[in-house]
Amino acid sequence: MPDTTAHDVKEPQVNSLAQRLVLIADDDPDFLFQHSTVFKSLGFEVVEAASRAEAIEQLDRHAPTLAVVDLMMEESDSGFALCHEIKKRYPATPIIVVTSASALTGYDFESLRGDQRTWIQADAVLAKPIRFDQLAGQVSRLFDR
Amino acid sequence: METLRVLVADDEQGMRLGVRRVLRDLRIEVPDIDAIAELEIDEADCGESALEKIARHTPDILILDHKMPGISGLDVLDRINGKYGDMLTIMITAYASIETAVRAVKRGAYDFLAKPFTPDELRNTVKKAAVRIVLAKQARRLADERNKVRLQFMRTLSHELQAPLNAIDGYLDLIKNRTQGTTLDAYNEVVDRSQDRIAGMRRLIHDLLQMTTMESKSRNRELARVDVTKVARDTIEMFQHQADGLGLSIHLHREGPLVMNAVEDELQIILQNLISNAVKYNRSGGQVHVNLDRNGTTISLGVSDTGWGLPPTALDRLCDEFVRIKTPHNRDVPGTGLGLSIVKKIARLYSGDILIDSEWEVGSKFTVLLKDNQPEPCPDAQPAPAPCLAARA
Repeated sequence: MPDTTAHDVKEPQVNSLAQRLVLIADDDPDFLFQHSTVFKSLGFEVVEAASRAEAIEQLDRHAPTLAVVDLMMEESDSGFALCHEIKKRYPATPIIVVTSASALTGYDFESLRGDQRTWIQADAVLAKPIRFDQLAGQVSRLFDR
Repeated sequence: METLRVLVADDEQGMRLGVRRVLRDLRIEVPDIDAIAELEIDEADCGESALEKIARHTPDILILDHKMPGISGLDVLDRINGKYGDMLTIMITAYASIETAVRAVKRGAYDFLAKPFTPDELRNTVKKAAVRIVLAKQARRLADERNKVRLQFMRTLSHELQAPLNAIDGYLDLIKNRTQGTTLDAYNEVVDRSQDRIAGMRRLIHDLLQMTTMESKSRNRELARVDVTKVARDTIEMFQHQADGLGLSIHLHREGPLVMNAVEDELQIILQNLISNAVKYNRSGGQVHVNLDRNGTTISLGVSDTGWGLPPTALDRLCDEFVRIKTPHNRDVPGTGLGLSIVKKIARLYSGDILIDSEWEVGSKFTVLLKDNQPEPCPDAQPAPAPCLAARA
């Protein structure tokens, strides 16, 4: 069966606010709520997922124009796997990876160079806590350039 | 098996060979830690060569002759001057001169042997040094291990303490940026959620204090006769309201007293944690069963639920600190991940343990076993046999 939805989003319709759909995958209900609120206030439609499995289900139903992915969900590498899956299905969909992992826990994303960042398949990496301004800034960087 | 390196520094070849022969096949048993040490022997024929070998590859034990041409044994000791932390030196003094021995010990030698000495004297002196070294190595390994565990704990703890702060920070940011408009009422949910996280942080701090209290308790706790049935009844009452709200029924399967030697607060903490879990992780309309029993000197406190159970892979680490098993059913259940580790620490204070029996999608049973160090002559019959009979009737 041809995957027409996937085809549609190869070039996200960045100029039409109504068509912006963000998939937010985070197992922390607080962050899910907060990011969802922020994106709604930025004019996005929001689809929420609390695990990688739920996010994959949502990917079957929706073709997101943007994905916000928490790195550690049900497993510590769930976010990596999800990023990979999103890019496989929708190569043009930008991904913002959010993480509370810091240098202390052994993951130091701040120090990653450009080529290493492509390995996580993310267009932006933000460390929690994430401010409204940061998300809004990333969105305008990714869509309004 | 531990291999210790021995360097024999003596200008007489006969002496070096003799020492080597006596020590070659020596197996040293280290009491207390059940370890065995073997020796690997190297030689140096003068003080200079000894110093060079020590600098290159420091031995565990140095057997050092005092009287050598060139630099003497005492000079070697001076130059070593505590530089090689764990190396122990056994000084061989030539004329049974007590002065040299005393000077050697003052300059950092661990022990001395006076010529002429018997093979047994040599063996015993080396054994003593070897045992000391093996024990010191073991102590250092344990300290390293403790540091590692502590570091891991602090990392997890700081993560757990930061999580609610980050969440509240995020909610305040939503308000600050007026993400829901300018009417205050629109933010009620945001405020409620922030307060939930504050309550969670309070629980975490409470549990942390409780846990460290249990860890620091000495053996001299003041035990008294405590009726476990009464503690259970009071604890159930505490949770009755919450259970009613979820349509749960809690059943206590014991009527008569069950008396043991214990600290009442500790029994309360065990039962509060187990019953709280059984209520929180149940399904609406479910049941909680509390079973109290005695088998000889062992008291068992069992709490079972009709919840969703746990995946079998989770059981091993369930009592570790900060472990919370995430399943689709318990996503919104608040908890600190410390309750069961506290229960386990208390059980240990009673030479006891916690047994977990869980079936995925069916329910879980947690049983805490405690040793009663002063059981009544007639179990449960106290003070007169009458209530004992009544309870069984």
